[in-house]
Amino acid sequence: MGRARAIAIGLALAAAGCGGVQSALNPAGPQASAIAALTWRFFILCGVIYVLVIAALIWALARRPTPRDETAEGQRRLGRIIAGLTVLTTAILVVLAVSSVVAGRGLISPSGPGAITINAIGHQWWWEFEYQDVSANEWVNSPNELHIPVGVPIVIKAMSRDVIHSLWVPNLIGKRDLIPGIVTHTWIQADTPGVYRGQCAEFCGHQHAHMAFLVVAEPRDRFETWLQRQRRGAPQPSTPEQQRGHDVFMTGPCVMCHTIRGTSAASNIGPDLTHVYGRQTIAAGTLPTTRGHLAGWISDSQSIKPGNRMPPVPMSGEDLQALLAYLETLR
Amino acid sequence: MSEPAEPRARLVVERPDAPRPTDAELAREHQRLSETWRVPKGVLGWFMVVDHRSVGMRYLVTAFGFFIAAGILAALMRIQLAFPENTFLGPDKYNQIFTTHGLTMMFLFAVPVMEAMGVYLVPLMVGARNIAFPRLNAYSYYMFLFGGIFLFTALLTNTGPDTGWFSYPPLSGPEYTPGKRADVFAQLVTFTEVAALAIAVELVTTIFKLRAPGMTLNRIPLFVWAMLVTSFMVIFAMPAVVTSSTFLLLDRLVGTHFLNPAVGGDPILYQHLFWFFGHPEVYIIFIPALGMVSMIITTFTQRPTFGYIALVLSLFATGFIGFSVWVHHMFATGLPQMGLTFFTVASMLITIPTGVQIFCWIAALWKGRPQFATPLLFVIGFIVIFVFGGLSGVTLAALPLDLQVHDTFYVVAHFHYVLIGGAVFPLIGGIYYWYPKMTGRMMNETLGKANFWTLFVGFNVTFFPMHQLGLMGMPRRVYTYPAYMGWNTLNLISSLGALLLVVGGVMLVYNLVHGLRAGAPAGENPWHADSLEWATSSPPPVYNFLEVPIVEGRHAVWERSPDRPVVTGLRSDIREVLVTDVMDAEPAHRDQFPEPSIWPFLASVATGAFFVASIFTPWAVVYGLPPIGLTLIGWFWPKKPAGEHVAEMMAPGAPDPVAPDLHA
Amino acid sequence: MVLAGAAAIAGCQREARPFRELPAASARSQAASETPLYAGSPSPPTGTTSPFQENAWGLSEGKRLFVAYNCVGCHAQGGGAIGPPLMDNQWIYGFEAKNIYESIVQGRPDGMPSFRNKIPEYQVWQLVAYVQSMSGQTSIDASPGRADHMPPHTPETISPYIGRRQTGHK
Repeated sequence: MGRARAIAIGLALAAAGCGGVQSALNPAGPQASAIAALTWRFFILCGVIYVLVIAALIWALARRPTPRDETAEGQRRLGRIIAGLTVLTTAILVVLAVSSVVAGRGLISPSGPGAITINAIGHQWWWEFEYQDVSANEWVNSPNELHIPVGVPIVIKAMSRDVIHSLWVPNLIGKRDLIPGIVTHTWIQADTPGVYRGQCAEFCGHQHAHMAFLVVAEPRDRFETWLQRQRRGAPQPSTPEQQRGHDVFMTGPCVMCHTIRGTSAASNIGPDLTHVYGRQTIAAGTLPTTRGHLAGWISDSQSIKPGNRMPPVPMSGEDLQALLAYLETLR
Repeated sequence: MSEPAEPRARLVVERPDAPRPTDAELAREHQRLSETWRVPKGVLGWFMVVDHRSVGMRYLVTAFGFFIAAGILAALMRIQLAFPENTFLGPDKYNQIFTTHGLTMMFLFAVPVMEAMGVYLVPLMVGARNIAFPRLNAYSYYMFLFGGIFLFTALLTNTGPDTGWFSYPPLSGPEYTPGKRADVFAQLVTFTEVAALAIAVELVTTIFKLRAPGMTLNRIPLFVWAMLVTSFMVIFAMPAVVTSSTFLLLDRLVGTHFLNPAVGGDPILYQHLFWFFGHPEVYIIFIPALGMVSMIITTFTQRPTFGYIALVLSLFATGFIGFSVWVHHMFATGLPQMGLTFFTVASMLITIPTGVQIFCWIAALWKGRPQFATPLLFVIGFIVIFVFGGLSGVTLAALPLDLQVHDTFYVVAHFHYVLIGGAVFPLIGGIYYWYPKMTGRMMNETLGKANFWTLFVGFNVTFFPMHQLGLMGMPRRVYTYPAYMGWNTLNLISSLGALLLVVGGVMLVYNLVHGLRAGAPAGENPWHADSLEWATSSPPPVYNFLEVPIVEGRHAVWERSPDRPVVTGLRSDIREVLVTDVMDAEPAHRDQFPEPSIWPFLASVATGAFFVASIFTPWAVVYGLPPIGLTLIGWFWPKKPAGEHVAEMMAPGAPDPVAPDLHA
Repeated sequence: MVLAGAAAIAGCQREARPFRELPAASARSQAASETPLYAGSPSPPTGTTSPFQENAWGLSEGKRLFVAYNCVGCHAQGGGAIGPPLMDNQWIYGFEAKNIYESIVQGRPDGMPSFRNKIPEYQVWQLVAYVQSMSGQTSIDASPGRADHMPPHTPETISPYIGRRQTGHK
């Protein structure tokens, strides 16, 4: 299922084309729509101004001067025209500024009730999204993939574990920096179901280019199902191969950095792998989640994403197959 | 520079009935002045030069060299980005290259080249024999040169800074950038900031105190006004970046916590300090270009400058408001909304003075009959490109819009439109315009026009698609991008445009060299221009003006009366310069300027060694400061002033030397 | 200029970022250092110095891994808690790089776990180099600076050279 889904994602993303995935001009939520509307207003107005200025320039260059231009009266007339244009410019800028401030006010706070709060934690070079529920047992940690219910405002508290990152999903909202030492706030809301891609937008080191994440907006019931599944720990291995894979994981370097809830692996340096195969991408949006890509990532992550924190973990072929079989159960 | 309570030296203003000097007398004067102001020759002599035109020319050539180097880095970046998931450059190399490209363009090209034009042209335009503080001028050049050599040596030894040209901590801090890369960045800033401050001080002094008599404030050429505003901006802005880079250096090398959030420091402090400098920095680059545009338009419409007062006030307004917009670089950091609104409004308001200037220039073109020589073509290109960039800047000033396109290729497109369109195009136009004055030869017009069109088309093909890319979600500073995002075609187009820009750059270099070899001899004033630099030969003699002119109007050459009043009475056996007062350029006293000296070079070597060594070991502070002190002692060692002559020339009852017809 | 040149040459090694050049295979045991006896053929000898001794990135990674792999849990930030201090000049099992490597890979009596098969080879060498830097044995320009956390100790870049003494097992 993973493979077929990966291909489907790839096709969907590819088919989006201009103004599609990750485009600010393809809004899917109220904030992005407001910003897009503002953008078009600005572009049209500035475009008109530009055309007029260039037209004036061309006219000025092509025109033959008349003797009247040199008179004091001609000078004063030009001066008055320029003064008038300056006043007009100021007026237009005031309109634009007011328009911008009004649009900006709507971006600050969530619009409706029932908002869900999510912690977004930036790492070099992956994202950690925490859904905090009442009981600590039920906290959900979903790296690199954020599921949200359609039509519900999601308040995001953004933090960073190392350097400054920036959370940005152009289809839904503008950027908010993740700054170590403080908590910044933003909120998103998707009004259309779909998969939206976001990317880090503040240079954060070697693999800034490969620090993406997906926002999956789905109907409320599907979201609740997903959340329920996320709360569960990993299933027990059911075949010998899966058991061997489980052992490879627990006795190898994997446990030094990763968590699989329901097992004894509980390190939080790297992403939580409890539901790794249920996510659409690995390595922060770099690769689709398929057996082959996982194999490549585990064996030699440094060739795919040089400089990232995951070391290559060479192992025998059978161990790798067993490990993949085990990871495939973590949905 | 003022001397205490000395009787005013006697100056004589030529009166119409006074006999004019004969040709033989002028020739003897030329001999003496050439000897007094001569530029030392030979290898050692090269290091002793304090003549502003030599230093200015070196500055120009070196800055252009850095421009070419940064352009090559940009070409490498565009090759890497031409195709998705390209493997031409890995992330480490790409990060060093884009950072060095930005640092070189901002600190080693854009500001120094404008300073260089100022150093070369301002003394000529105000009618002085040399720039104020000539040895400081030389020192500034060497500091700039050493800073650039330092940066590129670092880049070539894998120590190039790799965290972006603004190098935000904590990424550039001690934990996340190991090694010396970020220290190289911080010290490069130190080198270039010392150089820029030195020139700013010299220019302010020259413009205020060394103007030819008669050049009241109302008659100062617009390029000189622009350099004055720029110099004040440098003086106020540079300390902020000194502070931010010092904080970074101390945190990295000594273990302070200015920028460590865990202990009460703040990475946002760095951003504030940096951008308080960073935004005026772009106006420091842009405002001299505005001055050049005014001069070129005046010459190529052959009309007095339209809206002089408005243009001057706009320069000041732009410079002033430029200090109140810096937070628009930080809109995404979660600062309080009320404060951000102020910066939105200020960032939009700054358009107004620039708009006034554009309107005045279009009015000037409208009034006159423009001659479409190459410099004017570049000015027209400037208007077309810069206005577009300025309008994209207005869109960026709007907070919600900025939050979508901040740190994307849209911003890259914007700043290249305003910097290349707004500064580099006028600069190249200015090069074509002043080349005859600087070298004595004309550049080829056909080649010049071809150069313009190549650069204009190449620029737009390269940078226009980037607006779209930014809106489509492509962030900045990425060494590659996925193939399925839909960004492939536009990136390829942009890279092909970059190829055209490379061709344009090669053409420019060729034109410059070709003109030296095969250009037609330029006369004193081939463009029939209006400002004082055109009142002397091309290239000017070492002493600039055989007879220091007295300025009678805003357009000094056009408004000379037939009898051409000049200043006489200055000694030609020592480097004597006339110092005038600030408001009306009335002669105040005479001052002696220094002879060529090796001390600026030695002081810059000592300072450079101190800066470079201090990032490797703290002992550099102990061992590095005494040599600087020694070289400064050599520099300031007092020389016997040649002031005894004043007593001889002043006789009791001598008439007041200032003639009434000097006033405007 | 000469200074810059010299520093630059030194920079080649300091500034390298060898992400993909060094063996990543989980660290296996090398020739034990405390006895010349072994079964079968000898394993290839351990290197005598860490390849990251003069490499700023490697030292910085070592500093990161020292916290990430929880060395701080027993050794604190070098001052020692349950485990012995690492920033002093008393080395129970030897101060050379291969001794520290063995300590990490094989473990040691009285509580030092073995990290064989748990930490990739090149990361062990990064840790070795970092541990050496805590007692000032690495050069000043490659050593890491202060961390962006609450400051537990002097940054390694200004740690004085302590000297080394093998004291033997207590």
